[in-house]
Amino acid sequence: MSTLSVDHLLGIKYLQPQDIALIFQTADQFKEVINRPIKKVPSLRDITVANIFFENSTRTKLSFELAQKRLSADVISFSAAQSSVKKGETLLDTVNNILAMKVDMVVMRHSYAGAAHFLAKHVNARIINAGDGAHEHPTQGLLDSYSIREKLGEVGGKKVVIVGDILHSRVALSNIFALKMLGAEVKVCGPSSLIPKFIESLGVTVETDLRKALEWCDVANMLRVQNERMDFSYFPNSREYAMRYGINKELLESLSKEIVIMHPGPINRGVEITSEVADSGQSIILNQVENGVAIRMAVIYLLAEKIR
Amino acid sequence: MSHKLLLNGKEIEVILNRLACQLLEKHGDFSNTVLIGIQPRGAFLAERISALLQNEYQVKNLKTGLLDITFFRDDFRRHNKSLEANQTQIDFLVEDKKVVFIDDVLFTGRSIRAALTAIQSFGRPAVIELLVLIDRRFSRDLPIQPDYRGRQVDAINNERVIVSWGSDSTENAVYLKRTQTEL
Repeated sequence: MSTLSVDHLLGIKYLQPQDIALIFQTADQFKEVINRPIKKVPSLRDITVANIFFENSTRTKLSFELAQKRLSADVISFSAAQSSVKKGETLLDTVNNILAMKVDMVVMRHSYAGAAHFLAKHVNARIINAGDGAHEHPTQGLLDSYSIREKLGEVGGKKVVIVGDILHSRVALSNIFALKMLGAEVKVCGPSSLIPKFIESLGVTVETDLRKALEWCDVANMLRVQNERMDFSYFPNSREYAMRYGINKELLESLSKEIVIMHPGPINRGVEITSEVADSGQSIILNQVENGVAIRMAVIYLLAEKIR
Repeated sequence: MSHKLLLNGKEIEVILNRLACQLLEKHGDFSNTVLIGIQPRGAFLAERISALLQNEYQVKNLKTGLLDITFFRDDFRRHNKSLEANQTQIDFLVEDKKVVFIDDVLFTGRSIRAALTAIQSFGRPAVIELLVLIDRRFSRDLPIQPDYRGRQVDAINNERVIVSWGSDSTENAVYLKRTQTEL
């Protein structure tokens, strides 16, 4: 059997299609494990993982921690707010100090694109990128495609529209890379101020009319408007955004076919999607969260295999 | 590299029938017993024995499951080959049940050690027994012995016992395969 072609998970861009197949195949087995009465396996009992979050996170951090604990790894976690980073320590010093405590793997979220690459080049540990600026969020890209595969049987040939703030979204970029690699057709939809200029070079099409995009697609992945990354106004106000780019029940029911609704969370209820849509039978938002643990277990397990 | 035939299809059929009868003698109507095939190589044997018990010996409501031990193995990161995960399919609890593990070849005993740990995720069995088609003597790393064995085989280190299941029972065979490198 093959192993992953990479030593770190820095982005979907650096993976091969067979890597994604291997991750999905392994995640299938972990999904069965996390639905057992006892949800734990001893594979990583001699591995220590550090979760370093320089940016806020709730579900990604919890999901990674749970995945590590279910694999029996020893886990240390910290957020930048409580660390010596505030005292002026550099990224490399922080991480090297952690590694001196014999840590084998680092899961890092950082607000700068490329932070995970930098780490992978300079430290001797497996690195998993849990989000670097507006660049990539590979485990989210993987779990979104995995959830589509679970719901629709396969990803190849499916039409997926990613709606919202594409410009600031690392989720969008990782999703585009994963979906294209698996053979899906991808469209992005949002106000033109939030669509990056050369996005078509990634092989996706652009649509600014939400209804047209929804009529076209099998799956709509609704992204959160990232107010924290916006240094000025990209659209007049969130009410107008909700009117033009939000999905409500009426819009969903007026479509000619039933589409699948996804959201990477956290949801701004009433902005990207209304509560009725988020909690409807067409939404697989909570399945995404459950699959997130299985996917992260698979990624950690497969990378840990390379620690010798 | 050479092959030596240890058992042909007919001999395997006779052995499977004997093993089924031994299980029947011990477990009666199987109301409190479940069969668990150890993935990947025990799955087919478990399926064959389960089919025999149900079709030839009219055992009703026989519960058969498949257990994957990949994540419980003790050679993760110590092996040059990567470990491929297989499907676990146990849709019943084993709490207070008599469990019969089924595998094709018993060699070092390490897979069975992993299976003993893995099965605990599904409850606390009353008893665990082990059925193997081939028991390789003098090769155990752990104090594990089968309760039901098809055939005992003496094999040296650079020999492998291969159980090959064909589409038809006459194509089934057990070989002794000599390899150049020591395993």
